[in-house]
Amino acid sequence: MSTGSIALWGLIVGFIMTFVVITGFAYTTLLERIVLARLQGRVGPNRAGYIPLPRGKDGRERRFLGGIMQPAADAVKMFFKEDPTPDKVDRLTYNLAPMLAIIPAIVILAVIPWAGKIPGLGDPSWGYFAIAPGINVGVVFILAITSIGVYGVVLAGWASNSKYAILGGVRASAQMISYELALGIIVLIPIMMVDAPNPMDLGVIVEAQRGLWFVFQQPIAAIIFYIGILAELQRAPFDLLEAEQELSAGYTVEYAGLRFGTFFVAEYMKMISLSAIAVVFFFGGYRGPFVDQVPALGFLYIFGKIVISLFVMIWIRASLPRYRYDQLMSLGWKVLLPLAVANFLVTAIFLVLAEEGVFEPIVNSLRQFFGLG
Amino acid sequence: MFDDIGAIVTGLYTTLKHIIRPSVTIQYPEYKRPPRYRFKGRHELKRYDNGLEKCIGCSLCAAACPADAIFVEAAENTDQARYSPGERYASVYEINMLRCIFCGFCEDACPTEAIVLENNYELSFYDRASAIYTKDMLIVDVPVNGRPTPQEVEPGMFNRSIPDMGNPR
Repeated sequence: MSTGSIALWGLIVGFIMTFVVITGFAYTTLLERIVLARLQGRVGPNRAGYIPLPRGKDGRERRFLGGIMQPAADAVKMFFKEDPTPDKVDRLTYNLAPMLAIIPAIVILAVIPWAGKIPGLGDPSWGYFAIAPGINVGVVFILAITSIGVYGVVLAGWASNSKYAILGGVRASAQMISYELALGIIVLIPIMMVDAPNPMDLGVIVEAQRGLWFVFQQPIAAIIFYIGILAELQRAPFDLLEAEQELSAGYTVEYAGLRFGTFFVAEYMKMISLSAIAVVFFFGGYRGPFVDQVPALGFLYIFGKIVISLFVMIWIRASLPRYRYDQLMSLGWKVLLPLAVANFLVTAIFLVLAEEGVFEPIVNSLRQFFGLG
Repeated sequence: MFDDIGAIVTGLYTTLKHIIRPSVTIQYPEYKRPPRYRFKGRHELKRYDNGLEKCIGCSLCAAACPADAIFVEAAENTDQARYSPGERYASVYEINMLRCIFCGFCEDACPTEAIVLENNYELSFYDRASAIYTKDMLIVDVPVNGRPTPQEVEPGMFNRSIPDMGNPR
């Protein structure tokens, strides 16, 4: 395909995917409120819009999908809120920080493979369906863009001209970069295990999970990755900085109205993006039953896996108490980073030894024992 | 370390059990919980069974009210136009619901058990003028066997303003 048509493909598919993901974000907020409520023994919002069913036996009105328009109601409310700017803030940075928080969250979605090769759509040389397929440094792209997300946080704290905001901003950025270290080492493990010419391409990583998902081959790495994601998102149990009793909304304390809404959107979009990355690396991406015959089923599988990952995040938020800041930092540096490095070393050593043929006698005797060919 | 992980798993399982159980939320407009026996809600001015109002306009309730919410103006009963037994009745009786704190002191102070706090708690209004509840909003309807006030009665029949009452329950 020519450069122009590749750009057009990126533009159109990117636009559609952004629209889908923003709708997904809106219903993620509703999912969070409803699941959090049900885990705590109450019902979530169930009034904001419903599909009326015919009246039941005792004449009561029955509703289906109550509360489905709650995200729209919240968006309208956020629009109508007053949007004050405090007096002595740094104007440019104050307005730029929310954009720096939300843009990386959406840009990560450009390299994630949403489905396998759909025949007839796009260039035949692409192996999978994505907004920007064929980027053979996809993993580096993700790590770089995630690091830009830290800028949004620290600039928001600094530009607010308030001591609680800057404390919150500095602590949040320290938390994010500490856990990005462990994440950066863990993503090397699936890359090592993929036996292909361009292992950093995310579609190749998903194709390599054809036999067995990486979560079964490397469970410790998957757990460390998931904990690192929870800390990167500043979500429970690592949400000291947005708990109201602590630094009272942390780095967003001077923001209100639509700008605060942007930070809120950024947090939930990052939830979706980083869940998508975790699913691609460890849980098989779009792989599932019958995905070779019907490639469009890949969309459904990755969507379902992202929803399950979001449910687990919300479940963890409802259940566990939060970490104090020094416990959080010691967990990131003293527990997760050594474990990640140790996992990486062990994997690397095993792979080299397997290549050298050290395990051949053991594997052959096991094959003879079990009677396989 | 493994019992720490076990503690986390137990915590996660405890919350997961709640998804399966029914929730304890009461869906308010469809189902309203009945208030308790001594619930202090909206005021009502009671009547006797023959239709005469119990309120004699003594304004002890206005004196007892800690929030100064009640305004009472008394007028004289005649046998041709009798509103309540005894000499006086309340011609103007207003309670400012924005000042009322629903403490029940007026109910305790009333010598005839006229002003009573009932069970109604759905009392919203749209402007401050509608917060002043006048006597016609507060008085109860005439009971079945009674006549509406003002009544025309035989002279000398209702001279005593405070009836014989038993001990409070």
